[in-house]
Amino acid sequence: MPLPACWCGRLRAESRRPRIKNAGIQEKGLRISAGEKKLKNEHKIRAKFRALSDGAATGLAVLATILVVAPLVAIFAYLVYKGANSLSWAFFTEVPRPVGVVGGGMANAILGSSILLAVGSLIGVPVGISGGIFLAEFGRGTKLAHAVRFTADVLNGVPSIVMGIAIYSLIVVPQGHFSAFSGGVALGIMMIPTVCRTTEEMLLMVPNAVREAALALGVPNWRSVLAITVKTASPGIITGCMLAFARVAGETAPLIFTAFGNVGWNTRLDEPISALPLQIYVYALSPYDDWHRLAWAGALVLIVLIVLAVSLVRYVTSRGVLKGAS
Amino acid sequence: MQEIRLKKLEFQTDPAFENGVSNAEAVSPDAAQVRNYLLSRGNSAISDGGFRWLMVLCALSIFGIVVLIATELMVRSKLAWGQFGLDFFYKAFIDTYSHKPMYWDPVNGHFSALPFLYGTLVSSFLALLLAVPLAIGVAVFLTEMCPNVLRAPLAFLTELLAAIPSVIYGLWAVFVLVPLLREHLNPWLIKGFGWTGFFGDDNPTGLGFLAAGIILAIMILPIISSLTREVMTAVPNSQREAVLALGATRWEMIRMGVLRNARIGIVGAVILGLGRALGETMAVTMVIGNSPEISRSLLANGSSMASVIANEFAEASSDLHLSALMELGLALFIVTIIVNAFARLLVWAVTRGEPASTH
Repeated sequence: MPLPACWCGRLRAESRRPRIKNAGIQEKGLRISAGEKKLKNEHKIRAKFRALSDGAATGLAVLATILVVAPLVAIFAYLVYKGANSLSWAFFTEVPRPVGVVGGGMANAILGSSILLAVGSLIGVPVGISGGIFLAEFGRGTKLAHAVRFTADVLNGVPSIVMGIAIYSLIVVPQGHFSAFSGGVALGIMMIPTVCRTTEEMLLMVPNAVREAALALGVPNWRSVLAITVKTASPGIITGCMLAFARVAGETAPLIFTAFGNVGWNTRLDEPISALPLQIYVYALSPYDDWHRLAWAGALVLIVLIVLAVSLVRYVTSRGVLKGAS
Repeated sequence: MQEIRLKKLEFQTDPAFENGVSNAEAVSPDAAQVRNYLLSRGNSAISDGGFRWLMVLCALSIFGIVVLIATELMVRSKLAWGQFGLDFFYKAFIDTYSHKPMYWDPVNGHFSALPFLYGTLVSSFLALLLAVPLAIGVAVFLTEMCPNVLRAPLAFLTELLAAIPSVIYGLWAVFVLVPLLREHLNPWLIKGFGWTGFFGDDNPTGLGFLAAGIILAIMILPIISSLTREVMTAVPNSQREAVLALGATRWEMIRMGVLRNARIGIVGAVILGLGRALGETMAVTMVIGNSPEISRSLLANGSSMASVIANEFAEASSDLHLSALMELGLALFIVTIIVNAFARLLVWAVTRGEPASTH
């Protein structure tokens, strides 16, 4: 009776080929034909190739990750090094000095940025959240909701410079002058799609039982949406707003032709206003070392604000979207 | 659906209220108070309807924005369109004296989008060439190979890369990347590959297509890699297990089980990255060199659609100049909308079963 394959060591041959090969031959008393030998050799090469390609793929993936993390670390390290060296108290308290005069700061740009962002949020946040409420509460599964969702995603990818020139021709040209208001509108419009989509996603996570409980108590629908559903999802919605905020805080392109920039203080909405990214752009391309220094300091301040916002968001979301309010 | 349920609910509870008010005191004062309160509020149909329409209006405003942008750009670019028509996108004015093509000549009023189309395409595809293999590598590493301890911080780092404003990338590129290219990489490329014609040595500044491509690659990397990661995690585990059960190595499992199943989504992610690269403005403007020329050399100065708008819009010398820039903006708008829509459909096709599309 012939032995089963596993008993005569055929299967173990996979792992310990050289010794078992001889044993197998002796046991069976067979000669290996040339073809079989070739086949075995091929198997061997193949196994080696497979192991090698596996290792190579792993190595390449690790290498790719290192190559991606490297520029990030480089950018951050250089930014912190340059920025920290150039930061001073004057940066936060003084307005830019005339060309050639050393010193000065970006206080007006910081103020300008916050005014622009406030106007932008006033426009972008309510409209975005309302759009999200429509998508999640009223339009579930309807064609209109699909179309809105799709358009929001597409609008998210429209280049900011296009947004800038559209607002320029929409507001700046009829008004006849650059203004803080137009810059704020541009930023606000850019916030809408992001806020809308995150609001929708967060509202969808609220369990239906919560809605039904509210309705069963006879609470009118609008109230149940605002006071129950939206409130339950509010940590997530705030996260979305912060993300949108962080994104537009660094936008330069839509501000060049709307807010335009200003070398002095301005708090009026109908006059050109300075903004941090705008100022960085202008200073980076200037030929003066002192302005380069200020640009680095501005970049550091900007990035610290944005990273703070993003990590805050990350912290809140990692604790569970709905935990905070329920 | 929900609306119907709500109406039913009101319908059923209303008669109960009528009966309830009379004997409410007998049952419990609290219940009576609640009922009286509810009755005193009256009909909520108007406020409900109003609220609903307000929300619909806000959602519709997203369409409104797209339409508004499109019409504004069209109206303002009418002048250039009337003057040049379709020639704007593929023809150049030939100078009668030097017989050289003049692409962009605000002084004499000759405008052609050709060099900007070329610059946008070259810098974007260069960026894709550099970013796609890296992004897929990172996604593979993070989803399939990474030890759990490293996964969250690495994912956070790549996300952080997406949060840096483009003007800061530009700043870094101007002061770090460009000098690096000028002193080290470019001389080496010219020496080694100058014979191909892609690396001419006539631009000693370090600015140009290559610098723009590299900085764009760094910028679109996080978008592509995070979407690829999303698509790869959407591949069911049973696929991986099936391939592993056949004796595959890890790489074979990734290749056959994961990448093959996720390929449509990955293509979508790449196209989405392309859309971002096409419209990226500030960083490109700062390093591409800004000269409206078409040159075979990757080290030469060039200009992209977005960068020329950023550079010349504020100082446009004539109505025709402004209108030509607007037309460039319109072209950019249409192209990015098409690219983004296409990419979204592909990504949705993978992550949500079927495209929940517009039709």
